[in-house]
Order: sequence, then structure tokens, then C-alpha cells
Amino acid sequence: MDKLTSMIADMKLVVGETYVIHTVEDLLVFEYDGSADKALPDAVVLPSNTTEVASIVKIALENEIPIIARGAGTGLSGGAVAKGGGLVLSLTRMNKILEINSKDHMAIVEPGVVNIDLSHSAEKYGLYYAPDPSSQKACTIGGNVAENSGGPHCLAYGVTTNHILGMEVVLSDGSTQWLGSNTREFQGYDLRGIMVGSEGTLGIVTKIAVRLLKKPESVRTLLAVFKHIEQASSAVSGIIAAGIVPAAIEMMDHICISAAEAAVKAGYPQDAGAILLVEVDGLTEEVAEETEEIERICDNYNPIEIRKATSMEDREKLWEGRKGVLGALGRLAPNYYLVDGTIPRTKLMEVLSGISDIAKKSGLPIANLLHAGDGNLHPSVLYDERIPGQTKVALDAGAEILKLCVDSGGVLSGEHGIGLEKQEYMPLMFTQEDMDAMSKLKPAFITMDMLNPGKIFPTGTPHVQISQGPAVARTGAGAYK
Amino acid sequence: MGLDAPSEEDMYKCVHCGFCLQACPTYLETGLETESPRGRIALMKAVNEGRIGITPSVTRHWDLCIQCRACEVACPSGVPYGKLIESTMSQVNSRREKSWTTKIVSNIILKRIIPHRNRLLLIIKFLRLYQLTGIQKVLRNSGLLNLLSPYLSELEKSAPQVPATILETSGQTIRAIGVKRSRVALLSGCIMPLVNGPEMEAVIRVLTRNGCDVIVTQNQVCCGAINSHMGDLQTTRKLAKRNIDAFLNSDVDAVIVASAGCGIRMKEYGDLLRNDTAYASKAQTLSSLVKDIHEFLAELPIIPPKGHLNYQVTYQDSCHLSHAQRITEPPRMLLRSIPGIKLIEMDNPSKCCGAGGTYTITERDFSLRLLDSKIKDIDKTQASIVATANPGCVIQLQYGIKINCHNRTVKYVTDLLDESYSSESTV
Repeated sequence: MDKLTSMIADMKLVVGETYVIHTVEDLLVFEYDGSADKALPDAVVLPSNTTEVASIVKIALENEIPIIARGAGTGLSGGAVAKGGGLVLSLTRMNKILEINSKDHMAIVEPGVVNIDLSHSAEKYGLYYAPDPSSQKACTIGGNVAENSGGPHCLAYGVTTNHILGMEVVLSDGSTQWLGSNTREFQGYDLRGIMVGSEGTLGIVTKIAVRLLKKPESVRTLLAVFKHIEQASSAVSGIIAAGIVPAAIEMMDHICISAAEAAVKAGYPQDAGAILLVEVDGLTEEVAEETEEIERICDNYNPIEIRKATSMEDREKLWEGRKGVLGALGRLAPNYYLVDGTIPRTKLMEVLSGISDIAKKSGLPIANLLHAGDGNLHPSVLYDERIPGQTKVALDAGAEILKLCVDSGGVLSGEHGIGLEKQEYMPLMFTQEDMDAMSKLKPAFITMDMLNPGKIFPTGTPHVQISQGPAVARTGAGAYK
Repeated sequence: MGLDAPSEEDMYKCVHCGFCLQACPTYLETGLETESPRGRIALMKAVNEGRIGITPSVTRHWDLCIQCRACEVACPSGVPYGKLIESTMSQVNSRREKSWTTKIVSNIILKRIIPHRNRLLLIIKFLRLYQLTGIQKVLRNSGLLNLLSPYLSELEKSAPQVPATILETSGQTIRAIGVKRSRVALLSGCIMPLVNGPEMEAVIRVLTRNGCDVIVTQNQVCCGAINSHMGDLQTTRKLAKRNIDAFLNSDVDAVIVASAGCGIRMKEYGDLLRNDTAYASKAQTLSSLVKDIHEFLAELPIIPPKGHLNYQVTYQDSCHLSHAQRITEPPRMLLRSIPGIKLIEMDNPSKCCGAGGTYTITERDFSLRLLDSKIKDIDKTQASIVATANPGCVIQLQYGIKINCHNRTVKYVTDLLDESYSSESTV
């Protein structure tokens, strides 16, 4: 019996027959996440509790097979892709909300809990979980912790790490530890903080204590429509310069507007060059004042229209359009490469015009979707992997955008993590000494490099080799009649 | 690729964002990517790319899809999943060795019985005789069936009670009451006029009460929904053409369909026959005439019924109404228009009950798992009536309520409208 076969048999004893996946056909559906990268794992296992996770980690350690933790597989940097094979450990069955403590405004959840389900469950106590990635209807809290995910409302409320109190972690030797606490005060080293955003390279998170916020008394959502993206950018700068911190300021260009409108009929005007979606929340009087102020500022930049959501349904519709944009780009092209660079807000116009030049040069359309308030750009290069060479053109265009972001004083990633996608671009930001210093953290947590190995830090493998999918054959084993 | 191969263009609209996962009843039940829409599309692509064959383990994942199309609503990319899985199943069925249940369903019931009203009528009459004469009781008490096959015995219990009334489809016109507002044809369906005769007559009364002349078009046949669900698109096309010939002759403002599954099948005739030179444009015409009964009444608009009904009602969205036809508000609006009815929403009203056409026969275990979770959601509402919009859902929910010994009834929305109208005179 080879190593893999015996390991599969051992794992079946732990989690049961159904929850170990190892046939080629079944493994195929675990080769991707939400990103451009693909790689086939050797096996997939779906444990149902911490003890099972610990047993699986021990089995993998004995067999020296790397573990790649996976949530819903909606990530955008290839974090859950088994580069070089290995064992994918899917946490989707660990999806229970273990406790909602309405007095202390916190909850304890398993990693497979879907982001929006937590807010729905907390709703009856007047509470919610603030980080709201666009994929919140599908992505898991465990995945959010791994990638330190953001979302439109992170402008006012901060990203995932600002909402995680502590967590239970299975380390690479199979031992279980609790890092952090259930309160907001930390003593000693902030190991919790190190774990958030570590992209599954330091341990497997099996329980998470999160902070819940009280739902704001009042929320106003405003849609400002502009003929040109420059006007929208200036309006953003204007709002920030006035010292207002809205809960969210989102920007979409005309490509995104038409895709989103086709998907959900959110009521975005089709002739606009760009729209801003601004949300203000807090105490009723404060919200009214700030909304007026924002309207006044937008007025200075010659908007085509300013519209306020008048009902909860209106508001939800406006957001639904925004949150579905990415998937909606599938209506325009079969693939997109979404870039996650973040820049100083003052450089918005300059960088957007740079991106437009890159689009022209590459010959591929680039859709601009921005968390404009905090300078987190999401330019998406649209391409078709079935056309030979196009993946490379798209990835090269993405690389140029990232370089542009870093050159303008920004960073590589706002909220999607480095993963496979951006590991080779790390030297754009960090010196070898910087990266060595970060790498030194690993041995403190893991005995062998077996947790999501070969991610985050550069390995010398060009990105395109990993993500280039197999060419469409249409003649092989299955091809349809 | 042939006519009934999944379209490459549709397949590659999927950008694997994962938004569909939480909408999929089989993913929610298993937590497995293999049982998700995204996973099923990945397998379709892999076959298309020649990476794998159409092996039993691949078809297992496609078979387990209930075709509720909830993923289409969640999908921002607009992947026409229903169309993809239908054509994929057609590819599967042309190659595989079928299980005996699938053989009986697809070769005998779907090809030789349902399209022929006389044969179907004969069987339904036998079923009624069986239920009325006491043979059913004797057989059940003897446990013989259970000994023979626990599966058959279990299935037998979920068969609907056959009523005495059978809806005739002889081209008769039932005149509008009061001022005439519209002239409509009614799809009687294949099984509905036989097992739901009284309910179909209620539909006609509601329509005439709302000023419609109703023609029960002659020579109409089964819409083909169940055939396409099983991947038999050839038979579906034959049935579609016969219906096109029958309905386009009747000169009406709309063709009314009271069953959600049939409604979407007919609304998609245009797409089904897009490559048929003789029928493509006629199919489009018929598709554009088809209206779901709730959609039609809401647009008309309905003459609000005045009879008071003191019921607490919960509404189960039929998948092919809410997901495939995107009609969710009209049935609720109609229910709220009835004086005295209190509409209580259950959790996840648009999550499938597990009926899924023939799914309840071919994937019995999974169908019952889904039913079980639906019954729990219904239970929490304390409603005395479950209203829905599709015969498959009615039979499935009735069975779920029966095995859980609940004191509830399942009704069509139109039953309740009819009841309210008919009690108006006593107000």
C-alpha cells in the first residue's frame, strides 16, 4: 500500500467514508477557489470537530503530506488551492454557531459558519458582525480569519482582525491551543493577531471568538452618479478631506455598472461613467447632518443625479448590485483577474488613469471596482483562459497594476491576502531582510513546513504556470456528443 | 457538439465565485463541493475539456441535483444552470445503464404512459379503485408490500388520494362571470386533471369569477417537464410541438398554467425549439403567451375576494415558480387579498421541499431528507394551512405532514381564493 492509500484509510477511520474524497473526478471540484489559480489536491478531508481535525493533522504529519485548509473556496488569491498537491482540509461541516453572548456582545463560532449567517443569528439581539466581504453570503468566518478579509464597511469599522477576540487553533503537531481571549484586552504577545491573516500557514483555526456590534440607530445610503470617473474620484477626496468617515464609500466604473445592472437590476443608471455608493450610519441626527454634507460635497463635482435609498428594500437592492459585481463580470468574460492593490486616497485619479493606460496596452478590458474610501482598488482584468496566451496577458497586466500601486506609495493587498496570486510580487514591497524576518515566525508555530506551504513568500515559480488551466480539448475522454 | 450537449458558452459563464453554494439544498445538506452547482459545472467543464469521462461517479453528482434552480437566482454571472443540467442529463441518459427504477420511470411511465391520456386515465382509475375498495388497507395491514420491497411500500404511502372528479379536456369554454376582461386557454396538464380534478375546477371558477372566458383546449398533452427533467429532450420536443399546434389555434390572450413546473417548461419552449425551422417562431409565440396563474391574476388585477377565511397560512415557494420563473410576490399578494387570512412566513420558504419532479422516486433518501428539514420549518410557524403552487410540492408536503402526524392541510393558493369567493354570498 502506498503512503497516500494508507493515509486515506486512516482518515476514513477518523471522519467516516463519505468525508474523505480521493477519486480524480471528485478531486476536480477542489482544484479551484474564487481566484484564477488551479491545482489538483491528492485528497480532501472534511472533519466535523476539533478532535477530528487534530487527528487528521497528526496523520498528515506522520505521512509528511502538506495540509491546505479550505472554507467555502471563495478566496481570490489562491489561498485554498493545493499548489503542488497535498491534503485539502475543508471546514465546511464545522458550521455551528456555538454561542451568542448578547450581554458581552460576542459570539463563539466554528470556522465553517457563513459570514452572513452570523449576522442573521445575532439580529434578534440587535447585534451584527461588522466585516462584510462582498462574498458574505457564501464565505466562511474561518476563511475571513485566514485572509484578514475586509469589505465595504471596513472603512469605518476596520477589517477582520479588529473583530476577532481569540481562537482555538490546532497546531502542526496536532496539539490544540487557545490564542487570545474572550475580551478585548490582550496580555502578553498578541498571538491572535499573528494568526489572523496568516493564510493557513501557521495553524488550523477550529473555533473563533468574535466581537459583535450593536446595530446602528440609523442608516442612510446614497447613490451619486457622475459622467466621468474623475468627478467621482474628486468627490471621494472631497468627502474624506471634510473629515467625514462614512461607513462605506464604494465606486464602480461603467463596466461594473452594466454588469451589475444586468445581474440584479439595482437601478444603476446605464449612461454613467462612474457611481459612488455612500453609506452613513450612527445616531439619527448625526446621520442626517452627515448625509446633507456629503450631498453638498458631491454637488460640487457636477453629478448627473444623487439618489437616496428611501426604504430598507431600496438600500438592499443598491448593495446587492455592488456585492454581486464580481460574479456579474462573468457575463462579460469567462475569467477575470481581480487585483487587490491599495493606494493613498490622494493618488486615486493618477492611478486610475495609469490603469486605463495598462488596459489599452494589454488590449483587455479592465473593470474598476473600488472601496474608494480606504483606497482599496479592485481593478479586474477580463479575459478568456481558452484563448491561448490570454491568461498570461491578463496576469501581466495585473502585475503592472500592482507595481503602479506600490510605486504610488500603496500596498499589494487590501483584503484578499497574498496566497499564490501575489507571492512573486512581494519583493516590490519588501526587501529580502523584511521577508526573512517574517519567515522566522513560522518555526515558532510549525515543526515542518506542512501547512499551506509555498504560499505568501516568493518561490521563483511564475504565477502564470500555476494558473494556466488545461487547454480546452473537446476530444478527450468525456467530450459531449 | 450536438444539439443536446451543454452549451460551452453557458458553461464558461461560471467564474466559480461560489455565490451559489448557500442556495443549493444538496450542498447545504452535505457540505460537499461535489454536491454543489459550482462543483457540478466544474465537472461539466472537465468533461468538455476531455479531462474525464462521463463515469458513474460523475453522473452520481449530477443525478443528485434536484434541478430546483435556486442557484440561478444566487448567480451574479447569469449562468443558465437549468438549461445546462438538462442538456447534461440528456448526454448522460444516452450512454448509461439505468437502474430499474430509472428504467421504469423514464421508459415506461414517461414515454408510454404520461403522453397518452387514455392510458394514464386507466391507471389513475385503477389507483382510485385500489384506494376505495379496501385493497389498499388490506395490503398495507398485511405488510406484504413491505416484505416485497420496503422502497415500494414507502412510495405507495406517498401516492396521492385520487378524487372522483376528473377535468375533461374537450375544448369546452367556460364563460366569464360579469364583464368579460380576458379570454384564456388553460393547460390541464397530464396528471393534474386526474388527481387534482377539483383543484383544477377551482382554478376555472377563480378565472371566470375574474371575468375570463376559459377554454380547456382540446388535443393538448403533457408539457414535457418531467421528460426534460430526466434528460429526455426528444420526447419533450415532440410534446411541445403538439401543444404548440393545440394552443396556437385557440386565439386567446394568454395560456394559463396552474402548475409551476409546467409553467416554466412552456415558457422555455422557445429555447427548446430554437433550432427547429418549422417550430422555432411558433414556440416563441406560445412561450410569450404562457402565464402562471398567480402572475396572471396579479397583473389582471384580481377582483379581491370578500369571503372571510379564518386561517393562518404559510406559503412554500415552489422552486419552479420562485427560482425558475422568479415569481414570489404575486402568490403572497393573492393570499393577503383574502379577508381573514394571516400569512406567516416560514424560515427559508424558497428552499426546496425535495419533490423535484421524479426526484422523489429516483432519489428517495435525499428527497426525504429535504422534506424533513422543510417540515421542521413549517412546524415552527404554527400555521394550519400550507399553501403552494405546484402539484409535486403538494403531494410531497402532504406526505411529510402525514408521516409526522401533523394536523395541517396543504392547499393551492387558488383553492383558498376559490373558497373565499364561494363563501361571499353568505357574507
